[in-house]
Amino acid sequence: MTFFATVIMPYLAFVSFLAGMSYRVWRWASSPVPFRIPTTCGQQESLPFIRADKLENPPDRLHAFLRMLLEVLLFRSLFRGAQAEKRGETLVFGSAKWLWFFALMFHWSMLFILLRHLRFVLQPVPGWLLGLEAADGFLQIGLPVLYITDIFFLTGLTFLFLRRVALPRLRYISLPSDYLAVLLLIAVGLSGLATRFIWRADITGVKEWALSLVTLRPEPLAAASPAFLTHLILVMCLIAYFPWSKLAHAGGVFLSPTRNLANNSRARRHVNPWNYPAPVHSYAEYENDFREKMRKAGLPLESAEKTEGGAESAAGGLK
Amino acid sequence: MAKLPKKAELTQYSLGTAPAPWRETKAELRPGMYCYGAKGKNLETVGMPNARDWSPAEEDWKLPEDWREIILAGMAERLEKYRSFRLFMDICVRCGACADKCHFYLGTGDPKNMPVLRAELLRSVYRRYFTKAGRLGKLAGARDLTLDVLKEWWYYFFQCTECRRCSVFCPYGIDQAEITIIGRELLNLVGLNTDWIAGPVANCYMKGNHVGLEPQTILSNIEFMLDDLETITGKRIEPTFNRKGAEILFITPSGDLFAEPGIYTCMGYFMLFEQLGLDYTISTYASEGGNFGFFTSNEMAKRLNAKMYAEAKRLGVKWILGGECGHMWRLVNQYMDTWNGPADFLETPVSPVTGTRFENARSAKMVHIAEFTADLMYHDKLKLDPARNDHLIVTFHDSCNTARGMGLLDEPRYVLKKVCNNFHEMAEDTIREKTLCCGSGSGLNAGENMELRLRAGFPRANAVREVKEKHGVNVLANICALDRASFPPIMDYWVPGTKVMGLHELVGNALVLDGEIERTLDLRTEELPRRDETAGEGGEAQ
Repeated sequence: MTFFATVIMPYLAFVSFLAGMSYRVWRWASSPVPFRIPTTCGQQESLPFIRADKLENPPDRLHAFLRMLLEVLLFRSLFRGAQAEKRGETLVFGSAKWLWFFALMFHWSMLFILLRHLRFVLQPVPGWLLGLEAADGFLQIGLPVLYITDIFFLTGLTFLFLRRVALPRLRYISLPSDYLAVLLLIAVGLSGLATRFIWRADITGVKEWALSLVTLRPEPLAAASPAFLTHLILVMCLIAYFPWSKLAHAGGVFLSPTRNLANNSRARRHVNPWNYPAPVHSYAEYENDFREKMRKAGLPLESAEKTEGGAESAAGGLK
Repeated sequence: MAKLPKKAELTQYSLGTAPAPWRETKAELRPGMYCYGAKGKNLETVGMPNARDWSPAEEDWKLPEDWREIILAGMAERLEKYRSFRLFMDICVRCGACADKCHFYLGTGDPKNMPVLRAELLRSVYRRYFTKAGRLGKLAGARDLTLDVLKEWWYYFFQCTECRRCSVFCPYGIDQAEITIIGRELLNLVGLNTDWIAGPVANCYMKGNHVGLEPQTILSNIEFMLDDLETITGKRIEPTFNRKGAEILFITPSGDLFAEPGIYTCMGYFMLFEQLGLDYTISTYASEGGNFGFFTSNEMAKRLNAKMYAEAKRLGVKWILGGECGHMWRLVNQYMDTWNGPADFLETPVSPVTGTRFENARSAKMVHIAEFTADLMYHDKLKLDPARNDHLIVTFHDSCNTARGMGLLDEPRYVLKKVCNNFHEMAEDTIREKTLCCGSGSGLNAGENMELRLRAGFPRANAVREVKEKHGVNVLANICALDRASFPPIMDYWVPGTKVMGLHELVGNALVLDGEIERTLDLRTEELPRRDETAGEGGEAQ
């Protein structure tokens, strides 16, 4: 049992994660981007006297990249958060940044927690990680140190969960998997805290075990406490489940064609790999249809008589 | 058109949900909320499948027997062709940021109009047939593709104007417009278009424009405008048609040639070109800037769009200038060169008046008239008398497509501020990239679905009402032919006394032509208000 939980499961989860994410990203990436469809959220670059908003409407790849950074690191779009309310016969729009605030809190905390966990697989623990831990634990509440990101992580998730349960609209659109993901993350957080504060894990033992896994000389963690095993199993479930669930949005956001493309398709031609000629109604056919009427109206004609203007394929040298 | 419901009835809704889970309620097609089915002859003209007359109100939609296989094969094909489609089917986390951003939800309170749910209508079927978890059925948010689901798609994909507002707020940029576009394409595989879209498509294919104007009618419609312009300015303007060797081909949506108030915008173009002595021509063959094909299928859009470059090539012009239109400009900006380019027979557009090279259009070779006019004004090439618009208190409606599919935000404002002294913005959450749709875009501007249009137009009208109360706004300016066609009844209903004007109508009013008579009439041949004698003449300065 211990062998399964501390050796087999971690490897399985890891493989599921890597294979899953690779598969998902490959699947998305294997569908082409036929058209350049960024959602423009600011002034285009056009005339020199009109100030372009290059981060919200990127004119080139560099700015598209910066726009993506804003999106991924700061959740730019969520920050636009607004709320519409109906009061009697009017609609009122107000700012609502709560979702942005707590979502950002949760995601950044998760990143920090993830980085802190690297201490189990890095020997010696690098200086930047020690610095990060020190900063994270600057409150110095009690012993062991309470990390701020732990609190933020659970606060953010609790908000996301309560929001989903309490707001009728959110409840209405939610699927079972939406609850599953957030509850699983909360369980991971709580069990993690328990291994620090209630049933303390043997840190040295855990590190030896973790190092044995990453160096591919796996040793089961013989002295694993029930609390630690719970945390471990939940984390492994999360990692294994991640790519196959909506959590895969973490990889998908980078591929979003409404965000990662420059709005410059009038200046640089974008090529659709599956473009094909399609039938058009040619000018010659049009003139055949209306020749007499056009002549009477004094419009110039290509030909005085009906021509063999068969259906041409699309214009522009496509043929 | 059926009698319109009372305002009090239309505002009786709340931004909530429904008692039953959405997967268990089938769509109830309410008259006033949808368009007539596409007529067989219109589908036949362009070779679309399952051409026959049918009515959405009837139980039998006359579908081919293997309709389910056709739709599923169509989905499989599009998942391979569009990264946007595959990705947007997969990565939504249902955070709800988009839920209250859609004007259809804001105006109907129907939860299936929340962008996230409208997308789930398709996603649930995607999960069932294209993912492993789909075998878990309901638990995985999957459901079978039944006739009721198909009808639900039809009802709700034609309650989306592909305006992209949801996409602005989505943390992953998931764009309901993409989902609607593909959803409608799938529906078209089994002949489920609306006639308000299929009719214009057939017209545009055969006659060159949506409204079906034949060449001689285009000429006589324009003749009529030129007569009015002669009365107003004392000058006879004589544009040319289908002329080879002109420098510029001018293409505008046919709505501008057809009806009020679009024709006033068109008159503004003619005055401007006359004053500049522009070497341009208008084509009766490529006489449509808009493209209802885009609301049908990608292929249909490309087929209609092909006329623009083909005609530019035939006539031997150097570049193309485009009139005020919304979706036309999303397509020119994001699709045209990819579909039908490269336009290597054209040159990088250069303004013959100012010498400005439009580098931003160096590949597609097509310039927006607001860019063109703003450049003229920046170089002080026009004599303007904005005081002629002093009786107008103006606000500006950004069209969805030029805002979110292009970013043409400040060019029209630059022009507007040069020709109007009274300009007020609407609330910040309702303009620029957050602009609210007119509610009739993407081929929904029919008569039989007027209740839907009034509801969907309500959020925008609500913002107009606010500036009307605050600043006395009486003009809703815009740069979109669809706005000009769709807003008048919506404004009459929600904010009476608000005129709808294209940007170049206001330009035309203010533009001082060489050798014109004293101007006493605006472009609508209505009396200009008399000037206060003490205010003096001219007033070009701002």
